[in-house]
Amino acid sequence: MAVSTKKKPAKTTRKSTSMKSSKFSKETYIKWYKDMLLIRKFEEKTGQLYIQQKFGGFCHLYIGQEAIVAGTASACIKGDKHMTAYRDHGHPLALGTDPRVLMAELYGRSTGCSKGKGGSMHFFDKEVGFMGGHGIVGAQIAMGAGVGFAEKYNETGNVVCVSMGDGAVRQGALHETFNMAMMWKLPVIFIIENNNYAMGTSVERTTNVVDLSKIGHSYEMPSKSVNGMSPEAVHEAIAEAADRARKGDGPTLLDIKTYRYKGHSMSDPQKYRTKSEVAEWVEQDPITHCSKVIKENKWLSEKEFEAISDWVKNEVKESIEFAENSPYPEGKELYEDVYMDKEYPFIVEY
Amino acid sequence: MKTVQFREALREAMTEEMRLDQSVLLMGEEVAEYNGAYKVSQGMLDEFGPKRVIDTPIAELGFTGIAVGASMNGLRPIVEFMTWNFAILAADQIINSAAKMLQMSGGQFHCPIVFRGGNGTAGQLGATHSQSFESMYAHVPGLKVVTPSNPYDAKGLLKSAIRDNDPVVFLESEKMYGDKGEIPEGEYLIPIGVADVKQKGTDVTIVSFGKVMKVAFEAAAELAKEGISVEVIDLRSVRPIDYTTVVESIKKTNRCVVLEESWPLASISSEIAYHLQRYAFDHLDAPVMRVTQTDTPFAFSPTLIDEALPNVGRVMEAVKSTLYRG
Repeated sequence: MAVSTKKKPAKTTRKSTSMKSSKFSKETYIKWYKDMLLIRKFEEKTGQLYIQQKFGGFCHLYIGQEAIVAGTASACIKGDKHMTAYRDHGHPLALGTDPRVLMAELYGRSTGCSKGKGGSMHFFDKEVGFMGGHGIVGAQIAMGAGVGFAEKYNETGNVVCVSMGDGAVRQGALHETFNMAMMWKLPVIFIIENNNYAMGTSVERTTNVVDLSKIGHSYEMPSKSVNGMSPEAVHEAIAEAADRARKGDGPTLLDIKTYRYKGHSMSDPQKYRTKSEVAEWVEQDPITHCSKVIKENKWLSEKEFEAISDWVKNEVKESIEFAENSPYPEGKELYEDVYMDKEYPFIVEY
Repeated sequence: MKTVQFREALREAMTEEMRLDQSVLLMGEEVAEYNGAYKVSQGMLDEFGPKRVIDTPIAELGFTGIAVGASMNGLRPIVEFMTWNFAILAADQIINSAAKMLQMSGGQFHCPIVFRGGNGTAGQLGATHSQSFESMYAHVPGLKVVTPSNPYDAKGLLKSAIRDNDPVVFLESEKMYGDKGEIPEGEYLIPIGVADVKQKGTDVTIVSFGKVMKVAFEAAAELAKEGISVEVIDLRSVRPIDYTTVVESIKKTNRCVVLEESWPLASISSEIAYHLQRYAFDHLDAPVMRVTQTDTPFAFSPTLIDEALPNVGRVMEAVKSTLYRG
């Protein structure tokens, strides 16, 4: 049966036309702008460096999806935990990880956030509550719920944000986890970063249930769709879900509609979508939106905008310098961090 | 000393550790209200309550993933699988997540977790309920794999496994839960990775582990009647393997038979045989022999089971062949 691959994803539209009467503060907008710009520039540079073969492995860029992590980070508090799959560069950056250790990880250097052992798909930063960076689609859904299980067990009041792509929704792990997370009222926010494509396969081509927020209904999990190009909408949805989780009322499913401007990975020719589709989404770009709000409210002068731009450029530049000047891990590092047991007797042959 | 069943030894290990450490919990199908499919966790719900003894739905991948995530975040879960055959559904979380978390995160997150349950054949249960997973999990760096053969070892090793900061695969047997044995009244631990010379001998060494240790003992007793002195080594864990104890024994007996319940290819017996030809070559007076399950899926009919499994006669035959005795 012929299946159309060109069906357009549902477009999201901004409800508010006036940007002046925002309920978010100047500081919040500036932070969103700065964080998202840093992610955008970090990722643009990462893409270029990858093409120049400065480092290998798979490389999945976050460009276009920045509003999700920006809005999530601003709605969460210290102690909350975050986990995602392998499109994981944006999350630690939004949570405050130094871009230098992330770039060093991409380069496979010993100064990387995972000591050069994880690479692009396995960023971790315990300090900011970022628990990976996981390579198997959907595995993080169950693990993230388990992180929440521990928070509830220890009565911390912390919540866990678990991100996944729209492709992961079809994994059995999600359905098993949703059932238990709801039954045990785990303090978890399940975030679908719905960019409408599981690699090259659109949502429509893998399911009859194209409204992913409906998936939660089978488990009576509070669920809703959110405009993922709007940090405001993401923040509000996360804050509401976090509030529910902290009160002991359990998990929430957020189908956050976004778009990745680039291919699935660096080797994706993107034949499954049209340039005009990409352009329609780029029109809603969250960074452009935040800069407009800031300008309309005269919260930053041109000079101050330039200073932010310079700061971002410098952060990325210094990250590359840091990575390139860092050593590769020595061979003996293979035997470190495999077991907590320092006496573990590895088999060593030729 | 007191006499307890294998299941009681496991229960004592879990109960003692749960009393000592609030972060230890038990999770699995039927572990709480049903008191365990094989009554290993009998009474534990009453003592620790539903917060720490947790019934799960039949969703091995999901609850194992939840336990792995919980272990990354400060808890020390014990996951009971009704059998390890069902844990194949959870293998992603054991192999891809738990075993690799410490390494992938550059040492930032570790998984102190125990996966335990019945392993191997347990009667006429057909092909999907009868598999042994020792070598499959032993293959994976990042895991430890423990294979107790009696109540004493089971308790001491399980307590060590619960205290271990690395993920431990703990392989029991439905056929062993009723086995009785003596254990001390008080607390004791047995370190993981240390083999036990269960019976001293001089002519041939039998290396084995887990449930089929019984076959090794029976064969050794029969061989003794024929004047053959067998040393019997229980590996007790198959990752890591205590090669030193095995090599030291072969230096004395110069002959070795490896006995295991699982299939022959890429097995623990092939690993032991490799190690001995590499590190005890000059001490071997005969090829290392092995007795394993037939290289076939396990079948239902009693005649097919008899044909498939290692037995005393086959072990005796293998031992005699290393002595060049018909």
